[in-house]
Amino acid sequence: MSLALLVARNTFREAVRDRVLYNLLLFAFLMIASAVVVGQISMDIETVVMITLGLSAISLIGLLIAVFTGVGLVSKEIDKRTLHAVLAKPLRRWEFLVGKFSGLVLTLAVNTAAMAAGLFLALWFVKHSIVRGDAVVLVAVYFILLKLMLVVALAMLFSCFTSPLLAILFTGGLYFAGLFVSELRNLQTTNLTPQMQKLFAVISYVLPNFGNFDVMGAAAHGRAVAGMLVLHNTLYTVLYCAIVLSAAAMIFSRKDLK
Amino acid sequence: MQACKNKCMPLFAIETENLSKQYPHGFLHLKKKTSLEGLTMQVEDGEVFGLLGPNGAGKSTTIKLLMGIIFPTAGSARILGKPVSDVTVHRDIGYLPEQPYFYDYLTAAEVLHYFVRFHGYSAAERGERVQKMLKKVGLETAGKIQLRKYSKGMLQRVGLAQAILHDPKLVILDEPMSGLDPVGRREVRDIILELKNAGKTILFSTHILPDAETLCDRVGVIAGGKLRGVGAPGAIVGVAATAMEIVFELPDRRIPPDAIRAKAAKAGAGYRINVSENELYQAFENLRTAGARILSVTQIKPTLEDFFMELVGQDRAQAAAVEVSAQ
Repeated sequence: MSLALLVARNTFREAVRDRVLYNLLLFAFLMIASAVVVGQISMDIETVVMITLGLSAISLIGLLIAVFTGVGLVSKEIDKRTLHAVLAKPLRRWEFLVGKFSGLVLTLAVNTAAMAAGLFLALWFVKHSIVRGDAVVLVAVYFILLKLMLVVALAMLFSCFTSPLLAILFTGGLYFAGLFVSELRNLQTTNLTPQMQKLFAVISYVLPNFGNFDVMGAAAHGRAVAGMLVLHNTLYTVLYCAIVLSAAAMIFSRKDLK
Repeated sequence: MQACKNKCMPLFAIETENLSKQYPHGFLHLKKKTSLEGLTMQVEDGEVFGLLGPNGAGKSTTIKLLMGIIFPTAGSARILGKPVSDVTVHRDIGYLPEQPYFYDYLTAAEVLHYFVRFHGYSAAERGERVQKMLKKVGLETAGKIQLRKYSKGMLQRVGLAQAILHDPKLVILDEPMSGLDPVGRREVRDIILELKNAGKTILFSTHILPDAETLCDRVGVIAGGKLRGVGAPGAIVGVAATAMEIVFELPDRRIPPDAIRAKAAKAGAGYRINVSENELYQAFENLRTAGARILSVTQIKPTLEDFFMELVGQDRAQAAAVEVSAQ
């Protein structure tokens, strides 16, 4: 087994044994259950409400885990000095980072799958059937997972060179900025100088485009999502994560630990 | 690389040359604090080398530099003939960090299983090694308890176990006796001696001087970030006796004769005097005249502790002088 996988396995085990995770999961299931209740009092649009609230719960809980655990992945190991014994093994620092990233992504995948199963159970409870058109909900869940991968990568990058609090703020800030990338690209810049126009264009391409991952509306109304968007978002996430993790590895490989 | 021994093994297990570390501090990190300055030393293959010094002397900095936990500002270091930046050398190194801390949610057995996997043993070998090591450090009954419930001393034992789990050629221990009770210290001492007998090279830092005197072939004394002396524990402080101690008693509760009364101190039912080697025969003559019965005569040599304290005293005096001149 590669050394990064060993770290990933241990990170997953750490997450599985963390009680906070179960509290968050419970909260997500409660939100999904409340979606059933809210759906029942929303005449004719109960499925739409349920799917929207359910996916929002999955996204919100996933984001909380991704940001807070993602920042803590490296900073906690540095603070508690658990890293010293680990780095004394024949393990490169980038392998450690990749292992930590993979472990948390695996945790998020399992959590997201569990919450999605809860959502489908709630849908079945209300509709007494799951139809082929509901598969788009799975695509929406997959996009949430891709989004979370990006957030974890960013959280790890920031935690490599700043304090946990600032890393949380930076990651959160970048996430919210990334939700409005399309707006930034379509911004009327005719009144701006050419330099400013270029700057806006560059920023809109450097920022992670989280808006692309939002297909909640389509999922709620049973509209199909284009296969090209699935491929585009998958490749975008892989490439963006690779770039962000490479930057994190470069910083972390030169970092003096406490 | 230095001259080769059998099969071209490096002569020195550890070599450092002008190894230095400065930390930026203050507003905007514009000031520099020197933690280690120009450390040049060698640890020979198969020896037990003690790194001595008071807290903040630079011992842990040296060890962290060797383990690649921090990076040098200047100079270089090699372990088993390879630069410290080469992590493949970690296959042959066991490292116990200072005040080790491991994953709270794992048991001691799980931590050891996790660490031994980095060395690529088969499942059967891993199980065997972990059980053997838990027994060796006295944790076989506590192996299934999560580490969050462990005391500092127990964590130290886990740390030692993970350091020697893969039978490394070189063992680096940062304050291995820290947090241990006398029994634990004795057990760690025995493990170090066992490793030494098995031909391992051991570098350990400590400020517990009797441990260093008992275990080390050579010691290096670090104070104020500088290496102040390297040698055998006896040789480093000088072999010459500084004084002779005579313990004697006088009949009928007599007081010591005038010639030595000023130097005599009560010692149980008798007295004790310290005299230089030149004064020894004269003191004997005085005691014989007074009818004293000599109970013992002992050479007093400076201990490592004396040497250590002298260095620390010098540093403090120097620091005070710098402070005064700055004012």
